[in-house]
This record gives sequence, structure tokens and C-alpha cells, in this order.
Amino acid sequence: MPTLTERVAVGDRRALARLISRIEREDPESPEILAQLHALTGRASVVGVTGAPGTGKSTLVNALARVFRKGIPGGGAQTVGILALDPSSPFTGGAILGDRIRMRDLAGDEGVFIRSMASRGFLGGLSRWTDSAVRAMDAAGFEIILIETVGVGQDEVDIARQAHTVVVVETPGLGDDIQALKAGVLEIADVLAVNKADLPGADSIAGSLQAMLGLSGKAEADWQPPIIQTVATTGRGVEELAAAIDRHRDHLQRSGEGQRRERERVKRDLEERLRGRLFDEWRAAEGSSLEEAARKVTARECSPEEALRQLLGGDSRPGRTG
Amino acid sequence: MEGPGERGNPQDKMTAKIIRVLIAKPGLDGHDRGAKVIARALRDAGMEVIYTGLRQTPEMIVEAALQEDVDVIGLSILSGAHGSLVPRVMRLLREKGMEATRVFVGGIIPPADVQGLKAEGVAEVFGPGTSTSEVVVAIRSALGQGQDG
Repeated sequence: MPTLTERVAVGDRRALARLISRIEREDPESPEILAQLHALTGRASVVGVTGAPGTGKSTLVNALARVFRKGIPGGGAQTVGILALDPSSPFTGGAILGDRIRMRDLAGDEGVFIRSMASRGFLGGLSRWTDSAVRAMDAAGFEIILIETVGVGQDEVDIARQAHTVVVVETPGLGDDIQALKAGVLEIADVLAVNKADLPGADSIAGSLQAMLGLSGKAEADWQPPIIQTVATTGRGVEELAAAIDRHRDHLQRSGEGQRRERERVKRDLEERLRGRLFDEWRAAEGSSLEEAARKVTARECSPEEALRQLLGGDSRPGRTG
Repeated sequence: MEGPGERGNPQDKMTAKIIRVLIAKPGLDGHDRGAKVIARALRDAGMEVIYTGLRQTPEMIVEAALQEDVDVIGLSILSGAHGSLVPRVMRLLREKGMEATRVFVGGIIPPADVQGLKAEGVAEVFGPGTSTSEVVVAIRSALGQGQDG
């Protein structure tokens, strides 16, 4: 009987599904499995699709997946993994994950794997385990991985760290032009899609976005985010969008920007893990002093700054290095 | 309870086993209000509910259940076609080695058909008038989880 790792490595869909569940429940074996699969990762092209609720992200992801499955003009067919995020209720922890409703066209295609993920209290449009789930899909051999974020507003931009290419979806009729002036989501866009472009106002949104990009200085950089009008429900503009994503991937490879982003992502990931691990170790060793420190600070016996010095082993305790 | 790996995030209590449920409507009837009410109730009970929409074939349902690695499949059937749809779902689950997935059926099922569905391996059949809390309790107990899930 092959192990779960071996089954994921050969693209076994059920094993992949199982591994993602283990990752999400922080099963103690999942880090080891991911470590074993690491050598197989780094092959997929990871594309984030983000935008406000109601902009048609799921339908656009569905339409994009179909184009990648056929092959963009001048390219071969590619396999597609999809991670579709939806928010968890902050009160019950439950979630309704409805993105598959818009992806039924992809049913029955063995080259597509769709996984719905709840954010489980993680802010920023993703979940704490999205990165690991992407690695699992990558190791299982999916060539394009589309991450559909929770419908985000203005500053939930974690996707920029996880994806190679970020597609920001805008749509006519969602607030006035001033929305486009706000910082955040627009700044992380590698490609802009104006979806529902059959509605009135699409040209005007596209024009405002163009003006914004001109002002932001992005226009002078070596990659200018293209603005592409799409109608995801009919497929209009979707091939063009897929081609733009592909061009951006080429740009990342040619310019070295892809390597730079990847290193930055890994560095942040390691930092986060290190922070968590060091804190856990500290808490295991001396966590009991936290309670006493909190008491002292609230009783005004010492300041938080003083308490921190003591917790880090200032006077009473042998000092920790670092 | 504090475990290693927690970083003070608000979801500490969410990392435990969360029940994942696929709610599907096989067949051709176009009413999904009941399915949506159930989906919401299960979410409010802390479950993750994957809702797949109308007119799903048994193949689509089982493949979605496989990719989503759900613990439970809820089939909402109002069309009277349960006699053919349910056995197909159960057979596909067996073929894929997914016997551990619990299947519940809700909708308009004549009492005379209930035993037959259970003999196919369906965990429970819910007719009109079932309260949502009954469904929650039935799912939890089928998975061997008490009230503290």
C-alpha cells in the first residue's frame, strides 16, 4: 500500500484531498508529508484572483480554467487546481462554501481539481493553510493553480505574497470612481479584469483604472498591468485574460522578478514559522511568568516595557540570546 | 486548551476537527430552498457546508465529495427519483473506497421507500417537517461526535 506522500506525488486526487484536510486540521504528520513533497513543488504557476464580493470571481475562475484546459492560443492544454476561499462565520466557525455552483462546467474533467476552503478566522482573504494547500496541489502535478480569495475590500492583500500573478477583478456599478483611488487592492494587481463588461460603465471604469495606473508610476515599470474587459458568463475576453496571465508569467521568468518574489515569500513564511516556534518554546519554558507580568502591569507595579524586559530574562533569569 | 502552533489567532478553537458537509441536489427538480435552509443551519452549527447547486448527476456529486474530502453528503430530492439516484450515489462511493462518507437524504420520500434507502447504506432519511436541529444531531451522532463536537 503506497503512502499518502507517494499517492499525492503521482497525482492521486483522493490522496490530495486527504492531505489538504490534514493540513487544515494541523495534523502532526502533515508537515513531514509536505517536507517530503517539497522537491516536487515550484513547478506550478500560481494565480490569485481577487476583488470585491459580487464582481464575478467564481465565474471568471471557471471561465479561465476552461481556457487553460483547452490551452491558450499558441500553448498546450494545462491541468488546473482551484482553491476557492469563502469566509467562516466568526461566531460559529461554520461556513457556506458556494463557489462550486459557478464551476459546474468543470465537472467530469480529470484535469481539474477544485477545493473549497473556509478562511477559519484568518483575515486577509485567504486561510492560514492556503500556502500549504497550494504546495500540495503543486506536488500533485497541477500546472496552473487558481486561488480565488474571499471577496475582499481594500487592504486584504495577502494574495500578493502567495501568488505569482494577481488578477484584480473590478466591475461596473460598484461605487463611484473614488473607490479606484484608494490604495491597496489596485497596487497588487499584475493584471486587471473589468468583468461584467456588458454592463454600462465598463469603459469608464477601465478608463479610471488606466488613469490610476498612469499616476501610480506603474506605467513606467517594466510590467504594465493590462486592463482587460471580460464577460465571464459568455467567455468574452477570457482568452485575452488568460494570455495576459501567461505573458506575466513570462515576464516574471525573464526579468528575475519571479525569483525575487519567490524568495521574498519563502523568507516571510520562514519568519512567520520562526516567530511561532520561538514563542511556543518560550511559552513552554517560561509561559507561567506571563500571568504574573500581566498582574504587575495592571496593578501599575511596573510598565509593560519593564515587564517585557523582565520576561525576556532581564534580571531574575539567565538571559536568552537573541 | 492551549496547544503548540497557536499564534494568538482568533480561530484557536477552529483548528479542531470541523465537520465538512456536501449539500447536493441530484436530479431535475428546481427547488432548492430546503437545501439552502439546511445549509445555513449546518453552518450555524459550526460545520463547513459545500453547496453545489441544482441538477447534479451522481457522478458530479461523488467527485465533488472526493475533492472536498467531506464527512457527510446530504442529498435533497423532491422529484421522486430517489429510487434510482440514491443507489447510484452509493455505488459510486463504494467504487471509490469512500464508504466512510455518511449519506443523508432529505425531501419528499414515501415512508415505504425509507427502509430501502437505509438498506442501500443511507444513514437517515428526513421528511418534510424535520427540524434543522434534528438534522444537526443526527449528523453529529453518525460521526460519533457528542455535543461538544
